[in-house]
Amino acid sequence: MVSLNHFLILSGILFSIGTVGVFLRRNLITILLSVEIMLNAVNLTFVAGGRYLGTVDGQIITFFVMTVAAAEAAVGLALVIALFRHKETLSPEAFTSLKW
Amino acid sequence: MDVVAFYIFAAIAILASLGVVGQRNPMHSVMLLIVSFGALAGLYVLLDAPFTAVTQIIIYAGAIMVLFLFVVMLLNAHTEDDIPKTVLGPRAIRIGVLLSLLLGLEVAYALSKLGITSFTTDSGTIAKISSVAQIGVQLFTTHAFAFEVTSILILVSMVGAVVIAGRKH
Repeated sequence: MVSLNHFLILSGILFSIGTVGVFLRRNLITILLSVEIMLNAVNLTFVAGGRYLGTVDGQIITFFVMTVAAAEAAVGLALVIALFRHKETLSPEAFTSLKW
Repeated sequence: MDVVAFYIFAAIAILASLGVVGQRNPMHSVMLLIVSFGALAGLYVLLDAPFTAVTQIIIYAGAIMVLFLFVVMLLNAHTEDDIPKTVLGPRAIRIGVLLSLLLGLEVAYALSKLGITSFTTDSGTIAKISSVAQIGVQLFTTHAFAFEVTSILILVSMVGAVVIAGRKH
């Protein structure tokens, strides 16, 4: 029998993998992909929680998270394109002009 | 719910996500992330949320990942730059991995406090939460305001993407 704990543990593992990706990768696109992994881990928690509580609210919040993820991907990728056009690289280390 | 199916989908999701983080080629990362999303859609079906599973495939794998693929192909940046030793040495990487592992341990600790919580097997509840009509009613009555605000968010991000990525004249 699969319990809520199984899904929460899986979600925690996926979220940690996403965090590792954000910390380790030196490519703006892969960093955005890691953020998507983290968002999906949270979505899994919402759906599992909604199933546990017996309401559809978890699924509805998941739709809103998906919408925010789509908006984030659109604006984030537009920023990546603008940055690449500026410096011809995708390494985050290249963009330090706002660094104090 | 099928335990075997859960473990298969969970293994696919975890391995594909590890592949996304481990790949050096962004194209392979995007492809592996689509595999991971497919496994998550299977998990949503196990959770009696078939509509969420379908939207996961259509919106995430179908729309957002295609957007990523477009940008990867457009920028044609296949290889990742080597890590400059001066900016981010192995020490910083170790600290990053350590912090992520700490996060995972914290989640595991919090979950161990929760105790075993099994899902309800009441067929009436399951029918209610897997019904698309029920989701639609809730979305357009209780969450109507949030739904409308979402349209403004999408409009703003659309205009923002065009303004940021568009050529300056």
